[in-house]
Formats: sequence, C-alpha cells, structure tokens
Amino acid sequence: MARPLRSARLRAAALTLPLVFFVGVTFIAPLGSILVRSIHEPQVADALPQTLASLEAWDGTSVPSEDMFRTLATEFRLLDEQRKLGSVATRVNRLESGMRSTMLDTARALGDADPDSWRDAMIAADPVWGEAKAWLAVRRAGERFTLRHYLNAIDLDRDASGNIVAQPPDRRIYLPLLFRTLGVSLVISVICLILGYPVAYLIANASPARSNLLLLLVLVPFWTSLLVRTTSWIVLLQNQGVVNDLLVAIGVIGDEGRIALVYNMVGTLVAMTQILLPFMILPLYAVMRSISPVHLRAASSLGATFRQGFVHVYWPQTLPGVAAGSLLVFILSIGYYITPALVGGRTGQLISNMIAYHMQESLNWGLAAALGVILLLGVMLLYLVYNRLVGIERMRLS
Amino acid sequence: MADTGTETHIEFRGVSKTYDGRTMVVQNLDLRVRRGEFFTLLGPSGSGKTTCLMMLAGFEVPTAGEISINGRSVQNLPPRKRGIGVVFQNYALFPHMTVGRNLAFPLEVRGVPAEQGAGRIRQALEIVRLEGLEDRRPDELSGGQQQRVAIARALVFQPTLVLMDEPLGALDRRLREEMQFEIRRIQQDLGVTVVYVTHDQQEAMAMSSRVAVFHRGQVQQVAGPEILYEEPEREFVASFIGDNNILRGRISAVSRGVCEVETPDGIVRAFPVRECRPGQSASLAIRPERVGLAKPGVFSNEFEARIDDILFIGDHLRLRLNLCGNPNFIVKIPNIVGHGAVLEGDRVSVGWAVTDCRALPDDGPGGGSGEGPGE
Repeated sequence: MARPLRSARLRAAALTLPLVFFVGVTFIAPLGSILVRSIHEPQVADALPQTLASLEAWDGTSVPSEDMFRTLATEFRLLDEQRKLGSVATRVNRLESGMRSTMLDTARALGDADPDSWRDAMIAADPVWGEAKAWLAVRRAGERFTLRHYLNAIDLDRDASGNIVAQPPDRRIYLPLLFRTLGVSLVISVICLILGYPVAYLIANASPARSNLLLLLVLVPFWTSLLVRTTSWIVLLQNQGVVNDLLVAIGVIGDEGRIALVYNMVGTLVAMTQILLPFMILPLYAVMRSISPVHLRAASSLGATFRQGFVHVYWPQTLPGVAAGSLLVFILSIGYYITPALVGGRTGQLISNMIAYHMQESLNWGLAAALGVILLLGVMLLYLVYNRLVGIERMRLS
Repeated sequence: MADTGTETHIEFRGVSKTYDGRTMVVQNLDLRVRRGEFFTLLGPSGSGKTTCLMMLAGFEVPTAGEISINGRSVQNLPPRKRGIGVVFQNYALFPHMTVGRNLAFPLEVRGVPAEQGAGRIRQALEIVRLEGLEDRRPDELSGGQQQRVAIARALVFQPTLVLMDEPLGALDRRLREEMQFEIRRIQQDLGVTVVYVTHDQQEAMAMSSRVAVFHRGQVQQVAGPEILYEEPEREFVASFIGDNNILRGRISAVSRGVCEVETPDGIVRAFPVRECRPGQSASLAIRPERVGLAKPGVFSNEFEARIDDILFIGDHLRLRLNLCGNPNFIVKIPNIVGHGAVLEGDRVSVGWAVTDCRALPDDGPGGGSGEGPGE
C-alpha cells in the first residue's frame, strides 16, 4: 500500500522540477553571483600578479625598491598592450582618486623605453609613485577577497594603516540615502494606510454591485502600465502641468509662483503612493470582508459608541490586513526604482537608483552588489522584527 | 389577545417596514409583550420576524409606526442607549478577545469599575455554567459553549430585556434541546423579558410563554403554545404549528355553535373559530392524532376510505388516505396493536369528534387565510 503511494507522491513532486530549475537559474544563481561579486574582485590580482607578490614583503611606508618599480612597469606595459590597463586603473582609482590618470600617464610616458632606473623614470612620469599611498592603493586593489565594498556602502573606509574610519562628511552618501529610502518608504506606507483603510472599509461593506464597481476602480490603475501611470504624473505635476495650471487659474498661486511638484521628493512621494495604494487596499479588503458586520452591531447593542466599537472591536480584527498591507507597501517602496528614476529628479532618488547608477554608469558592480545585499539584509531584518511584533501567521494577503 | 393583569414591557403600534419602497417586510404590526414574558416570534424565513427584532434592537428604523419600551417611544434612541441584551444568530463573539474580555466589554464601555465588573462576569458565567473559562478564546470553545458565552455577554450588564435571533440555529439537535431548557431556566431565574426569534415551531412551543406567528410580514395569531396548537385561528397557523389535515368546503348550516361544511365526501361537522354564516367557504383543520379507526357509530364525523400508504414510524403508524378532497389526509395511530393490524389497500372507517375539528371561515375576498386548494 505504501509503495505505490510513495511513488505517486514522487511523481507529483517531479512536476515541480521545471519550477525549481527556473527559480534556480533566474533567482538563486543571480543572487549568489551578486553575493560573490560584493566580496570577490579578482581583476587587479589577475592583472598584476608579480607586482602584488613583491608588494607582500613591502613594509607599507618606505619607498619601494627598484625591483618593485621594474616589476610594476613591466606589467603595466603588458596590460597596455592587451588594452586592459584602463579597467585596472579604474579599479585602483576607486581606492585612491587620481590613480587612473597616474597609471595611464605613466604607461604612456614609459613607452617602449628601457630606462636605467625604473624608479626615477616612474617618479618623473608622476611624482606620486614616490609616495606610499599609490603603492598601498595598488596593493589593496589587488586583494581578491575584500569587504571594502561593504565599508563603502556604509560610508566607511580604511586609512593608510588599515584602520576603519568614517568617510569625510562630504563623501557620506550611502547611509543618508539608505535612511532617506527607509523614511520615504515609511511615509508612503503610512499615507497608503490612511488613504486605503477607509476605501477598503467602504468596499468591504458596500452592496455587492457597488463593491464590484469600487474594486474595479482600484484595480484598473493597478492593471495599467507602471510607465504610463508614472509619466501621467509628470503630465499632471510638471511646472506647466494640469495641477499648476489649475492652481494658477483659480488664483491660489501666481503665474510666477508655480510650485515644483515633480522631479523632486514630492513627485516621488505622490507617484509612489498612488502606484502602491492597491497593495494596501487589497489585503485590507480581504481581511475586512471576513469580519462580520454583526460585530459592530453587537458592540453597539452592548453599549459601545461607534468609536469604541471601532477601536476595540473592528480595528484589532483588521490588524492582520494592516500588517500585510503595510509590510507589502514598505518592502516594495524600499526597492522601488522606475518611479523615482522618472519623477524623482535629483532630490527624490532612492537607494535603488544608486544601485542602478553603479551597475550602469560607474560600473562599480562590487559596490552595487554590496548595496543590494545590505538592502536585502535590511528587509529581512525588518521582516524578523515585524514577525516578532505582529506574528506572520496572523498576516493575511488575501 | 387579552393583556390583562400584567404590565406591558414592549409595544409595537402600527409598525411597517420596507427596504425598497415596494415590498412590505413588516405590515402594520401591533404587538404587546408583557414584562417577564418569554415571547417568541415564529415564522418561516422571510416572514419579517427578524426585521421586527432588529427594529426593536434599534438596528433598523420602522418605515411607519412606533415602538415603545416601558411606555417610552424608542424611535430616536440608538441601540447602545436601549440597554437591551442581544444574542445574535452566529453569536458575534469578538474573536480577538478572550471570554473574559468579551464579557468585560459591555461593562467597560459603561464605566463599571473593574472590581465590580469582575464579580458580575463571574456571576454571568455561573448563570450559563461556564465558570473558569474566562481565559479561553471563542475559537477554542465548542458551539454550545460559544452559545453560552453569547448569552452571558447579553446578560452581564443586567438588562431587563434580552433579544435572541435564532440562537440555536447552528447547533445540532441534542445540544439544541439541552439549550432550550437552559435558556428557559435562565429566563425564569432572572425574570427578564425575552423576545426570541425562531423558525422552528417545536422550539417555539417548548420555550415560550406566548408565540406570535408571522406570515408574510403580518402576525397571524398571538397566543400561548397550547391555544396555538388546539385553537388555531387561521389556516396558516393550523398548518404551520404541528401537523394538520386541511379540508376545504362550503358552510351549509350553522346551529348552536356547530357548523356543517360540505366536502366532496359529505358533510363534516366542526367548531367554527369565529362567527360564520351559511354559504361562506371555509377550511377545516383536523389533527392526524385525533383521527381514529373505529366501527361506524362512534364518531360524529365518519367516513370510509382506502389506505393508500402506511409509514411505520416506531411509536406510531402514519396512514395516508384520500379523504374529503384531500389526497394526503394523514391518520396517526399509536403503535399499540402492532405493525400489520392494518394493511395498504384496506378500506377502513375513520372518524373524529366535532371538538377535534375546527372550521376556519375565509375572511372573504383578499382575506389572510385564503390559501387552501380549490380557490
């Protein structure tokens, strides 16, 4: 009896293999690759193996020996021939600004020459080679495994002697951006809750015909392309847009006093709130529909005012929906990219836009990966705290 | 409907209710409930009984007419100020609160001090025999226990009037019968007035001091269970309360309180429930257990018929005859002689006493009881 049952179960389980494969290829593997990239950067180490080997014996403060100069110059020349010097120089430059031009200039200045003293020749090409910091930068860039992307992602750095220090205030950008992202997500969640709760209540307690109509009004925008909705907000909110025109027309503001509603934080907040609102309304609606309207009647028959009934009887029963909706909106906002990119301007950017910048513009994938991992850990941490506070099993998404 | 002696607690005067402006859910209703009474609104679903209860509780507003409690109109009184305990159909216990918190809720919103409240909660749980379950949540209780909690919650703030809307509908048969006794006991111990809604006529008969039978938004009869059973005034009541054989005919003569009604099989003699005159059409109601098998000459109403069908129930047999125009005339005979004393296809003589046969004269055109066949 047990054997055929077991094999039937196995066959049924086998049907999920395509999904397992799909998730493995499209989710687990990229995620793993990102994790690896955030701590593993072998390019410089592969490009300058002999230089790095000789730097291991170096004390880190004195000017390196002639041998080391020669080794470095030889490897520079080789890389230049292979047209790889630029990318290596870029990586070193991230640790010590100016090093990219230093390295390219030096390679050009040395040319095919075979000087008596490599040291003099290189220092002549750029005096910075006479200082320890240039060599330190090369050595650090050559570490195959490194936590510096994580340090950078939280605005820390290592000084010359390897101690962890804070970045100078004017270069601290990631932590403030991360906190701004968390703050914006919190504000959006709260606004969505305030706007969505009464709507969900209305839909859950309306007659079936009206409730379907209202639900449709929630869902139609939800089904509309994200890009269309975001660009519509630009049309509405821009300087010569519908909202400003209307305000000018009814005389609230003068023509010169048009308010900047888009390409800033206001644009990001307005557009994201509108886009994420259904994610709040739908879980709330699902929970509210399961609450019998008789409970409020019962409360009033027991002597409670509407407010007392709401606070003590209705609201506590909607908490699973409040929790589900808020968590959903919050997590979606933390990782939101397209809307802030389009309507956020300079001040309305979020952490995802910075990650995208490092992926596409600066090509510092290691830093992008580290920021991504920090974001992921942040969300997981919030989820755990939340689970401790609310209890995930009480949450209902639908 | 004599309300002599006792004080009126609740009064409906000319109350009507419509939701859509066309269909009257309740029509021109007059009712009086006495203090301390167990008053049941009985009727099939859609007959308006629950609407009446909801109007009394204050959740629905009458379209016309007036409801008063203790002689004062409650027209403008919101439910929370009526001080009525309500037991809802599916109990409406607050699922996120323990039993104790459920019971504390009405006391807290009334500002009863906590120590005093604790005593009352204990007392209420004692009344429903659920001591020690304060810390359970409703979903950890059985259906019967939830029912008791709902009753305790409706009693804990010591109302003098308790409304119950089909409170036993969700329970199985055994539990339902047990709870019928319980509710009756609690009502009598506390002396509260209970207005109870049910569609189960046995439940209504077992529990009530008086019953109002609802049909299509109107009250057909208000009376104690025995009167309702023995002296139904309308055909709907006669057929809704217990089993009744209904025969249709025309009154041919009336003399000394007895009327003669012509049916397809001959004259039936019966007591009319109200004044009637020859020529009027009428329904006749005869209880199946009051019909006997006997030799001719025993009963004043006697007929001969063939037994179409016999059902063996256990303590009695149900015979189906085609008699006086009713093809489903039922005769219930006690199982004294044993199964096999009568057989299908036998021609038997059946009869019943005049006192066991009630004639319900039609009200005339458009009357409330004109529902029988042949009209």
